[in-house]
Parts: sequence; structure tokens; C-alpha cells
Amino acid sequence: MIGLDAAVLHAYLVGTMVAAACGVVGTLLVLRGEVFSADALGHVAFTGAMAALVLGLSLGIGLYGACALFAVGLALLGRRGTPDDVRTGSAFAWVLGIGALLLAQYASSSSAPSGTAGVAVLFGSLFSLTPAAAWRTTLCCAVALVLLVVLLRPLLFLSLDPEVAAGRGLPIRSLSVGFALVTAVVAAATTEAVGALLLLGLLAAPAGAALKVVTSPYRAVLVSTALAVGSVWAGLTWSLLEPAIPPSTAIVAVAALGYAAAALLAQRRRQGRLLGSAS
Amino acid sequence: MTPHLQLNLLVDLRVLLSFPFMVSAAEAGTVVAVLAGVLGWWVVLRRQSFLAHTLATVSFPGAAFAVLLGVAAAWGALVATVIAALVLASLPVALVGKGPGTSGAAIGTVQALALALGLAATTWYHGYAESATALLFGSFLGITSTEVVLLALIAAGAVLAITLIARPLLLTSVDPVVAAARAVPVRALSTIFVVLLGVAVAEVSQITGALLVFALLVMPAASAQALTASPARGLLLSVVLGIGIMWTSLFAGFYAPGIPIGFWVTSIGFALYLSTQLFAARRSLAAR
Repeated sequence: MIGLDAAVLHAYLVGTMVAAACGVVGTLLVLRGEVFSADALGHVAFTGAMAALVLGLSLGIGLYGACALFAVGLALLGRRGTPDDVRTGSAFAWVLGIGALLLAQYASSSSAPSGTAGVAVLFGSLFSLTPAAAWRTTLCCAVALVLLVVLLRPLLFLSLDPEVAAGRGLPIRSLSVGFALVTAVVAAATTEAVGALLLLGLLAAPAGAALKVVTSPYRAVLVSTALAVGSVWAGLTWSLLEPAIPPSTAIVAVAALGYAAAALLAQRRRQGRLLGSAS
Repeated sequence: MTPHLQLNLLVDLRVLLSFPFMVSAAEAGTVVAVLAGVLGWWVVLRRQSFLAHTLATVSFPGAAFAVLLGVAAAWGALVATVIAALVLASLPVALVGKGPGTSGAAIGTVQALALALGLAATTWYHGYAESATALLFGSFLGITSTEVVLLALIAAGAVLAITLIARPLLLTSVDPVVAAARAVPVRALSTIFVVLLGVAVAEVSQITGALLVFALLVMPAASAQALTASPARGLLLSVVLGIGIMWTSLFAGFYAPGIPIGFWVTSIGFALYLSTQLFAARRSLAAR
């Protein structure tokens, strides 16, 4: 029972850090219209992890390396206008195809039950983190959070109005590449904790909900972080009480409920304002 | 027994087609490539690839729940993608494919929720990892000839439907403001398109798996649009390129066991996409 308790404690600690980092990064991503790129990063992380497993390297090297390469590559391609979703999509579909190849190679070469490692990377579980992975994830998220808080003002400025930001002499290129790197680190850390496919749930849902209910970007960052952390706590507790539900499923379900509630709230408020102005 | 490549195309093809399961796979692959080629052309035109990818992802929990309940996976995928298409179409933001903004957050939330449900369903099912891997990355070889007929019927219906609305849909895709001013029902057309896309994606995911649908849907279409701006020629080219990718991948997959078909589809598709992009860039430079 003591071992289980340590695992549960780890899950809450790591989950909190991951959620806080995703809440902040997610708000910036939604404002920049780059949610699809973040989705792509999750899939790239999968391929990176499978490559590390096939080559016999540490899982972390593959995860963080692949994410950093892809994110900086996208940022350097310099999409000034709207992000080209066809280009992003084509590139990541190919990366995912390579992931499928590596998965098949790994399943046939190792004595491990086929596919289990791949599915673990895709979906992850906060309850089965190794202590080393837990510390790595926590540390990376903490560093990313500090960087984001220090750079929040210029990053928000750049996301909301890139032209004016350029006019004021902000170093746009280095800021964009820096943000891409921080996003990559957060994406890799989140993939290790909640899995590649559920990364999107923590990045998109809390940030989207926050931007629906508050207008100030600073407050949106705070609300989004609070929602993300709340979703992780509620989801973990739900999964502990009801062990049939995997923790990642519970967390994403809570986050999606939060988004739906925020959307309804925003709609009712809009209708109320319309009625108020009519009377 | 593993087939050996003779390096004689006719002989190799005859060997390949002597296996009934390969004939079924080739027929199903052709149907899916035609459907994906047509629908994909519209997806690329409307810049809705995130939406298409999300619908594809939704087919995973649909299929997983169907397997859990003992129903055919194809029906589960179809029902799930059509429901998700209706939900996404009811969001006011999802219709504006070109505006990223918060619509990305809504689409992303739907996708994450779908994957979370799929994870739960595969956990409750016993062959956890194997079934999840097959649903996500696809497997060609279990297709029966009855399923091929059903696949062809649904695909024919979807292609017919999109052909019927092609003219107004083209106007709403290229210039929604003018379309609305001319009293074209923009919203209804978008909803029909998203539902048809849901049907197509459920079909394609039977072959490629939920995660790789995107490759067949977007890569041939994006390549075709890089080569020609004409809608009729573009649609035709997109279908032809899709079939080409599919047949080459099946051939390669047959003679290289152990390498999944999804790898061939995405790699050949991406090579085609890159070369057409380079070609288009050079042509626009030369024109200047």
C-alpha cells in the first residue's frame, strides 16, 4: 500500500506541474491559432519515442529530441501569415507513418508483448510513471513555466498583434523560436505523463474555455491554468475512486466538460446582453 | 510462405492477384482512394484539414466501442464520425475553416475527448494493445468481398451527394461572403459537407486506421491543387494520384512483409506532395 501511495503522490505532483505548463502554453497556442501544430507535436513525440525504443536509447531522448526538432523546424519555416494547415498536416502524417513502421519493427524485434509500449506512449498513464520520468517531467515543466512567466508580456504581445510587435522592435524571430522550443519541451513532458494523444486535451480545452469567459489575456492565462490543474485533480481523483476509468480518460473528460460549460456560459451571457440592450 | 519479387512487373502482379485477400484489399483500396481523392480536394480547398483529422480520430472510439459491444467496427466508426460531424457543424466557429482563433480549441477538445473515450473502450476490451494498434494504424488484410461491396455503395452515395452540391459548395468555399449575399445557404451546405466528410473518413479509416486517414485525404489533393487550379481537372488528378499511391503501397506492402502499409501510404504521399510543391514553386518563379 505504501508503494501505491507514493505512486499516487507522484501522479498528483507531476499532474499539477504538467497542467500548469499546459494551461499557459495552451492559451498562447489558441491565441496564435496554432492548436493544430501542437496536435502534430504530440504525434511527433510518439515517433520520437518509438525511434528511441528501436535504437535502444532512453525514451526521454527520443521524446524531447523529436519534439524540439519538429517545433524549431516549423518555426524556422517562418509562417508569417496564417499557419498553413495542409503543410503541417502532410508533414505530421508522414512522421506518424514512420512511427507506424518503428512500432512494427519494435513489436517484432523485442520480446515485449506486441504494441504495448506503443500504446503506452500514445496514451500514457500518470499512475505508472517511473520516478526518473516523474522528476524529469516535473523539472522540465518547472523550467518551462519560469521562462513563460518571464516572457509572458512580449509573448502575448507577439501573439495578439505580430505587426505592431515587429514595429516596436521586438525580436520576433528569436521569440518565436524560443516559444516553439518551450512548447516542444512542454509537449514532450506531457506526452510522457498523459500520452501523446491526450496532450491536446490539456492544451486546447482549458485555454479555449478560459478565452470564452474572460477577455483580458492575462486573466485568460490564469483561468486556463486553474482549469487545467483542476481538471487533473478532479480526473485523478475520479480515476482513483473508479479504477475502471484510465486516468488520462478521466482528465480529458473533465477538461472537455469544462469547455462545454464555458461555451454555454458565454452563449447565455451573449443572449442576456442582447436582451438587456433591447429592453 | 513469403512472396519473392521477380522484378518482372507482369509476373509480380499476377502472383499478387492470385491471393484472394490481395484482390479484396486492392478493390477496397481503390474505392477508398477515389472517395478520399474527391473529399480531400474539398478539404484542402476549404483549409479544413484539422477538422478532417479530428473526424478521423473520432472513428477510433466508434470502432472501439463497436468491438466492445460485438458489432462490426465499420458501423461503429460510421455512427461516431457522423455524430461528431453534426456536433462540429453545430459549433458556429467550425464552419469558418480559414479562421484559426478559438475554433482550433473547440476542434481540439472534441478530438481529445474522442481519443479519451477510445482509450477507455480499448482498456475494457481484453486484447487491449493489439486492438488499439490495429484500429489506430489499420490493417488491410481482413477485408471480405461483402465488405468491399458495402464500402463501394457508401462511397458511391457520398461522391454522388457531393457532386450534386458541387456548384454552390464551390462558391461558399471560395467566397463565403458573396455566397451569403446571393442567398446561397452557406450554413446548410457546410453542414452537409462536414457530414459527408464524416462518412468518407469512417470508410477510409477502415483501411488506413484512424491516425493515417489524413494521408490519403490531404496529400493527393494538396499535390493536385499545386499542379492545377481548375476544379474539374484538380478533382480528377487528386483521384488518380490517390489510386496511384494506394496501388503502389499495396504492391510494396505485399512484397516487403513486416513493413506496415501505413508507412508506404504516408511516405509515397509525402514524396509526391513535396515534389509537386517544388514543381509549383519553380513554375511560379519561372512565370515571374
